Amino acid sequence: MHIYKPEQEPAVRSLGPENLLLKGATLKNTKKIYGVSVYTGMETKMALNYQGKSQKRSAVEKSINAFLCVYLCILISKAVVCTTLKYVWQSKEGQDEPWYNQKTQKEKDTFMYLKMFTDFLSFMVLFNFIIPVSMYVTVEMQKFFGSFFIKWDNDFFDPEIKEGALVNTSDLNEELGQVEYVFTDKTGTLTQNNMEFIECCIDGFQYRQRDVRSELDGFTVTDGPVHKLQPKAGVEKEELFLRALCLCHTVQVKEAGSEETLGDRLDGMLPKPEEERGFIASSPDEVALVKGAMKYGFTFLGLENKKMKIRNRQNDIEEYSLLHVLNFDPVRRRMSVIVQTRSGETLLFCKGADSSIFPRVRPEEVDRIRLHVERNATEGYRTLCVAYKQLTAEEYMVAETGLQDARLALQDREEKLMAMYNQLETGMSLIGATAVEDRLQEEAAETMEALQGAGMKIWVLTGDKMETAKSTCYACRLFQRGTELLELTVRTLEDGRSKREERLLELLRDYHKRAVQDAPPVRTGVVTRSWCGSQEYGFIIDGATLTLVMNPPRDADASLYRSLFLQICQNCTTVLCCRMAPLQKAQIVKMVKNSKGSPITLSIGDGANDVSMILEAHVGIGIKGKEGRQAVRNSDYAIPKLKHLKKLLLAHGHLYYVRIAHLVQYFFYKNLCFILPQFLYQFFCGYSQQPLYDAAYLTMYNICFTSLPILAYSLLEQHICIEILLDNATLYREIAKNAMLRWRPFLYWTLLGIFQGLMFFFGVRFLFSNPALQDNGQVFGNWSYGTIVFTVLVFTVTLKLALDTRHWTWLNHSAIWGSLAFYVFFSFFWGGIIWPFLKQQRLYFVFANMLSSVSAWLVIIILILLSLLPEILLMVLRKPRGPLSRQKKPGQSNVGGIPSSQSSARPLLMRTFSDESNTVILTVFLQDELVFDGCCHTSLLQASEGALLTGAVGWDHQSSLTSADLHPLRFNKTQQRFQLESHDSKSHKTAPSRHFLL
Amino acid sequence: MMASSYNAKEEDGHHSGSAGLGGAAIRSRKPDNTAFKQQRLPAWQPILTAGTVLPAFFVIGLIFIPIGIGLFVTSNNIKEFEIDYTGTDMSSPCFNCSQSFSWNSSTPCKCVLPFSLEQPFESNVFMYYGLSNFYQNHRRYVKSRDDSQLNGDERSLKEPSKECEPYRSSENKPIAPCGAIANSMFNDTLDLFYIDPNGTKTQIPLIKKGIAWWTDKHVKFRNPGNNPNLTTVFIDTAKPVNWRKPVYELDTDSENNGFINEDFIVWMRTAALPTFRKLYRIIQKKNNMTPTLPRGNYTLEVTYNYPVRSFEGRKRMILSTISWMGGKNPFLGIAYITVGSICFFLGVVLLFIHHKYGNRNNSSDIPN
Repeated sequence: MHIYKPEQEPAVRSLGPENLLLKGATLKNTKKIYGVSVYTGMETKMALNYQGKSQKRSAVEKSINAFLCVYLCILISKAVVCTTLKYVWQSKEGQDEPWYNQKTQKEKDTFMYLKMFTDFLSFMVLFNFIIPVSMYVTVEMQKFFGSFFIKWDNDFFDPEIKEGALVNTSDLNEELGQVEYVFTDKTGTLTQNNMEFIECCIDGFQYRQRDVRSELDGFTVTDGPVHKLQPKAGVEKEELFLRALCLCHTVQVKEAGSEETLGDRLDGMLPKPEEERGFIASSPDEVALVKGAMKYGFTFLGLENKKMKIRNRQNDIEEYSLLHVLNFDPVRRRMSVIVQTRSGETLLFCKGADSSIFPRVRPEEVDRIRLHVERNATEGYRTLCVAYKQLTAEEYMVAETGLQDARLALQDREEKLMAMYNQLETGMSLIGATAVEDRLQEEAAETMEALQGAGMKIWVLTGDKMETAKSTCYACRLFQRGTELLELTVRTLEDGRSKREERLLELLRDYHKRAVQDAPPVRTGVVTRSWCGSQEYGFIIDGATLTLVMNPPRDADASLYRSLFLQICQNCTTVLCCRMAPLQKAQIVKMVKNSKGSPITLSIGDGANDVSMILEAHVGIGIKGKEGRQAVRNSDYAIPKLKHLKKLLLAHGHLYYVRIAHLVQYFFYKNLCFILPQFLYQFFCGYSQQPLYDAAYLTMYNICFTSLPILAYSLLEQHICIEILLDNATLYREIAKNAMLRWRPFLYWTLLGIFQGLMFFFGVRFLFSNPALQDNGQVFGNWSYGTIVFTVLVFTVTLKLALDTRHWTWLNHSAIWGSLAFYVFFSFFWGGIIWPFLKQQRLYFVFANMLSSVSAWLVIIILILLSLLPEILLMVLRKPRGPLSRQKKPGQSNVGGIPSSQSSARPLLMRTFSDESNTVILTVFLQDELVFDGCCHTSLLQASEGALLTGAVGWDHQSSLTSADLHPLRFNKTQQRFQLESHDSKSHKTAPSRHFLL
Repeated sequence: MMASSYNAKEEDGHHSGSAGLGGAAIRSRKPDNTAFKQQRLPAWQPILTAGTVLPAFFVIGLIFIPIGIGLFVTSNNIKEFEIDYTGTDMSSPCFNCSQSFSWNSSTPCKCVLPFSLEQPFESNVFMYYGLSNFYQNHRRYVKSRDDSQLNGDERSLKEPSKECEPYRSSENKPIAPCGAIANSMFNDTLDLFYIDPNGTKTQIPLIKKGIAWWTDKHVKFRNPGNNPNLTTVFIDTAKPVNWRKPVYELDTDSENNGFINEDFIVWMRTAALPTFRKLYRIIQKKNNMTPTLPRGNYTLEVTYNYPVRSFEGRKRMILSTISWMGGKNPFLGIAYITVGSICFFLGVVLLFIHHKYGNRNNSSDIPN
């Protein structure tokens, strides 16, 4: 872009994606800008996202469609049978047109085949009630009203953000009960995305902050300046590192107090006292780093006129002019800044993931820091390495022009920029590494454990390093001590002598053999795999390898790689995919979604990078986290915290599924036994399409008489109460794979409908072999027949629902008994008046007359009873295997029951951790202890506290007890929570030092 | 505008009591803690177990079996006599009548059927005529009537409903009553004679009142106009084509003439099945000393007007007593006995199962 100003040389500036203002951007530093709209209409982000969203349909709907097809076939075959029989019957002499029942002239003139066709159509009309049209209305109502229960749930209310759950679609309620695969983001989802600077390592020496805030206590302690643990690095190095932290970022300072202007209030941050500055950045890591540097004495004061100001330890203001920002992007996984000091030196500071920094610095520097980085990563911290490079004037000039050219290039700008960046960011020297802690979400481990107990496979998809992600998985108990890890990463691929592709195939085969073939055969159908029986596998793959799997070398069979990969994954309880690009996340979800058996997938995430995955999965769940609203907006459901997922799936999802499945089956059933007598009646009325029931009954049956009870049921039913559902995650498995809408239950309901329909019709048929049913000898006609059948029908169908109802609230009572009362009332009313608008007064006093007949009463009672008898019998015989008895068997509840009761009392510390990481930490602290005996307890305290907060450290709880004893004030709350354990463990309480030596 | 909405949010973090403009809406986002919204409505949670169902089975069994026996006995005590007078057989007295039937014959064909009752009929006897293979429930037939005409509506009398086609008008006059049902009204006359052992023949008085539903007779069916002289009322209408006499000559009694003729009303209530019976007459018990119909010989004199041979129908005359449950029908009794026994049997089986295998699950069977 050329910029022309009067009396000045035209300047050339580049325009790139960073100049794009997206929807929702607010102006901060300026009053107005001029802009050009780039995308409009269907090209905009919103429109593109919208397209992806509209496609979600639930598995229940698919089942409904399948059932509908069956019923449509039944309908058509019924009509065909009746039409055929009609013409067979009519071909007999004297049947078609007896003298008492002449046809009209018009009927006689109609062409025979046309008549057949109209007969077929009128049979279709007569039997069309078998297709439960009203079911769609009821299902929609159920979904709509049902989704309010999620919105209303107080357990989903988060006092921090003062919001509850959000339901963006009501179509997928029941899908929550069918989830088989959970894809979760790590940052912000499993973890809080609440970054805190933990430690840094400068030139191989560790710096650790002492003033960790203890948030468990609810009050904040920010005491003392930075305390250095250890032989320091040289002051120069130290300061260089801190300057790098202060300079290499894109954080903006929000000056408090001084500029309380309108524009400034837009950023949503609260005014803070002078000392505390507000920092705003797109990534919370950067804020954490800048704040970390501040604690070490280097304060970033802000950026003004391309000059970055820093207040150093001596309280001097240093000024650097910012020349270039080499932006962060997920591929490079690093960012750099080029600054010029006052003295004219040009420096390049670069920070980024170790894997992207290490190859670009001198190897001998790497070795000193690698240990720290890896240890930090194992502890679950996010690590970044910082490097710098001094640019000579010539170098800078080259870089300057190169960058300028690349930025102005109209073609392949990205590639050219990338190449330029890569060229610049070489030959740097490593100065240090940082560790930023990201705490686990509340109850993340319990939630994950419950989900696994519920038979869901959990895939963690993250852009983070493998080590960090792995330790988070351990902390979340996704990987357990016994879990055998199958690793498929760049590292494992490269340790062999053979080529990567060959090695990949080899590994895939090997893992496949271990995980799939050697595993005990999993019974297909309903998942009945015992929880603790077989060996568990965890699978780890990284982005690069995944690319290789998805796009294998040309000569290889692409589907082989994929199917091997999928089969391995499907046999692992947890799959960890690290180093993922957002698009790869969606790719994985799509692959699983389209795999055999098309399992139901759920994605949960909080950031914009999860949106693609949220949109791709069957159910997308957004967390109302820190990274904006994008995920929430694109999700189907949004919850404030990860822990809410447990109730959302185990309780709400389970209930919704049971409710809607029952609703669907019930609707098909009730319409089948409604229409079957009508069909059978055709055999007795000369296939003349004579309806058995009055038109009012035909219309009202689905609308008034039988709709409310099932609606009440489908909104309020809790066949197992919520607490039990939450405690026993295994219950979720009972409805897995659409268990209630498979063909077997469908067949059961259909047979039940047929049985009852036959009962209704033939019961009354035998009664009517002598239609003199009144004690005054008078006879009943065809409408009485229909009314008796209909009365039996309405009562049976309603009472059948009453039998199925396990949770009778007053609403159920009023719906069920109210419907029956309404039926009786309506029948009296409908038959009690000569309706002027009716052509025929068919039902005039039919109902009342029916009730005056003892025989009618008796037949109604016995038919209702007989129709329900098999159901009652089945219920009684099935009972001992019912879910309620299961929960009392101790052996089976170990998944959800016992751990969850303990887990509230047992913090993350108690969790078993991998032996590997345990030893690492122990050695680290052994070192600390040896060197700084005096600081032993403090370090211990920090360690245990960190463990408490992150859950990343698997530490025996005794150590925390010791530290808690040392600082009773700080830990009093924690101690309360530990009390249960502390009583048991006092007997073998040992001194911390001895403990370390173990 | 944007600023104000942010304001509200900012205040949210500070203090929740202030009355910001948009603040109230946001703050009320906390869901109400009501039992309904939290799905914690007090609920009755019945659990069907062997323990609760067992007594029910026994109770049902114990109630149903006596009812069934009662019904069965009652049904068996009902006396019923049936005689087919279609005249398809050469030997039948009505054979000639059935063969020589023609719509136009002016002299009615009569036949006499002798029969004898083995047992006396003690209480009121109800006389039915029965038709077989007569599809009164055929759709075309069922709808071929005009209820508003039958209810006395004068406009419908002049212009009957289209549903009545092809029995809507004849000779350019509207038919009253119109429609196929009315047109095919049963018009055989049945007379019953008792033959004394000494040979004298006495006619048994047949009562034609009370054979139709009370509401039909008094509300649903009404003669048009207030004119007691039905001849003038029906002056511009034609009689149904198959009728021998117009509707106002159905009976001499003005209370039983026109649309409110009970025979007519009974016929107009279409039967449910192709084989049906309809109440024809009632034979009232005279006194307690003699049975209504003593055992002995009788003759049935039929004025044979109604042709059924063309559609292979049958005609029957049925004499039956009536109990509180209606006419003779063993079905209900048998059904009750069967269901009662099944329930009882199931109760025993379940009890057995419960005792033998149920102990293990006892703890779980008992609901908290």
